[in-house]
Amino acid sequence: MTEHNTVQRVLPHVFLILAMAILLFPIWLVFVASTHTNADILSAPMPLTPGPHLLENYSRAIVEGNENLGTSALMMLKNSLIMALGISIGKIVISLLAAFAIVFFNFKLRKFCFWAIFITLMLPVEVRIMPTYKVVSDLGLLNTYAGLILPMVVSATAVFLFRQFFMTVPREITEASQIDGATPMQFFWRILLPMTRTPISAMFVIQFIYGWNQYLWPLLITTKQEYYTILIGINRMLSGADVLIEWQIVMATTLLALIPPALVVVIMQKQFVAGMTDREK
Amino acid sequence: MTQQYEFRAKGLPYLLVLPQMVVVFVFFFWPSLQGVWQSFFLQDPFGGHLIFVGLENYTRLFTDPSYAYGESFRVSVAFAGAVAVLSMVVALFLATQANKKIHFSSFYKTMMIWPYAVATMIAGVLWLFMFNPNVGVLAWVMKHKLGIEWNHLLNSNQAFLLITIAASWKQISYNFVFFLAGLQSVPNDLVEAAAIDGAGPTRRFWAIIFPLLSPTTFYLLVMNLVYGFFETFPIVHQVTAGGPGQATSILVYKVWRDGYVNLDLGGSSAQSVILMIMVISLTVIQFRFIERRVHY
Repeated sequence: MTEHNTVQRVLPHVFLILAMAILLFPIWLVFVASTHTNADILSAPMPLTPGPHLLENYSRAIVEGNENLGTSALMMLKNSLIMALGISIGKIVISLLAAFAIVFFNFKLRKFCFWAIFITLMLPVEVRIMPTYKVVSDLGLLNTYAGLILPMVVSATAVFLFRQFFMTVPREITEASQIDGATPMQFFWRILLPMTRTPISAMFVIQFIYGWNQYLWPLLITTKQEYYTILIGINRMLSGADVLIEWQIVMATTLLALIPPALVVVIMQKQFVAGMTDREK
Repeated sequence: MTQQYEFRAKGLPYLLVLPQMVVVFVFFFWPSLQGVWQSFFLQDPFGGHLIFVGLENYTRLFTDPSYAYGESFRVSVAFAGAVAVLSMVVALFLATQANKKIHFSSFYKTMMIWPYAVATMIAGVLWLFMFNPNVGVLAWVMKHKLGIEWNHLLNSNQAFLLITIAASWKQISYNFVFFLAGLQSVPNDLVEAAAIDGAGPTRRFWAIIFPLLSPTTFYLLVMNLVYGFFETFPIVHQVTAGGPGQATSILVYKVWRDGYVNLDLGGSSAQSVILMIMVISLTVIQFRFIERRVHY
């Protein structure tokens, strides 16, 4: 900006590269561990460069999974994907509809609905674990995809984001569609939705990651292996005596759990950053 | 903002909000009310009798030493505070570096942002793996190069340090995104004018940039406290299981443990209610502040 000597120019690179190293080092170790045998990892200190067992470890993690786990990374990735897509798409769909109603219609319970949704912002699942667990269990939804997804689907944030966006839609557009004789739902489908593409994709990135990374809720309600998400699977593989942990498989699974959301963030970085920083304005 | 055009329809808006309202009521209001209700009763875990005990579940939390609730409170505050300060300071520093006009700055930004995608639980696993007393590389370095015996399962300070570092490591990218956006909206001519007036980089930062960032900083402070208090369950559950003893048993971990493992529903519900009050207060503070943003 204003200073031009060499030190001033090089220092930022030094700091940023250092930070990058700190952020990446744990991932490097996970990768290295996933290419060695468990014996290599256990012989402290473990090697810091990749070994020859990459294919073997990953194929075992993906196809068979850890000993005694009773499920494979492939199954768990599938469950995580179903949960993440269910939560993100579910949130977006019901929030779009609710925001549409709240912005474009004048109905008696409008204020009430808005505040009812608003209050949910304040009640993360962590603070009402047991009662929510009881409700889901009374509904017979333990160990089901619906049980994994539904309680996570409410989103005050998504309703707010869409509401704000809808309020900026020029009044003239809405009026014109009325004059042309479009029904409200035709307006919604043909005009509003196509305009909302950017906020929708921003929400999708954020909510997909939120869904994929859910931990406490699946931990409570999945007791059957068929419904383990990948994070729960990793937890199960790590619970037990240290010496019995198959670190190479756990680390391969950890990397597999990390790649999908990381890819989503890197590929959709622009939408992601915009969505994050916009929503609180 | 002008009022949006309003369609005329009787039933349709209700139909549109219905799915959202059903989920809100079934999975939010109903369980929350049940939680409040339950907190006034003692119930035996096998679904038997309910005995009304008034506020006893609450008073027990603070008087019964076996709960160690005060201790858990203290640990949570220290933990959330440490995570907020550590991750915000590092993120702000990195954001100011990445905001300079340097080569590769967009590459650096991507490299700072990706950890947002890492699940809190995975962050726990990553640091657990590095500091595992048997296989951890860093635990080995500590022991053989620095002469520090690392075992977070026995040493409470080490356990606390480990979950703090893991939780902060994960949170840096979130703070980075917001600080960077804040820095980018600082008007350049203001900074340059100060430079012409002879203010050095440090002075410019503290006198101009930092005050202009104050809304972002405040917002992040609240969000980081919420993260530290309520969203770090996975790290504690995975890395220390609240131990050694109760040393890292933060409030959300305790709610889960007392309710799900120890089946003390009354006590767990009372704790839930206390947590709800905390979240609601933090949210109200946040919105009060956003309503009357700092003006310059």
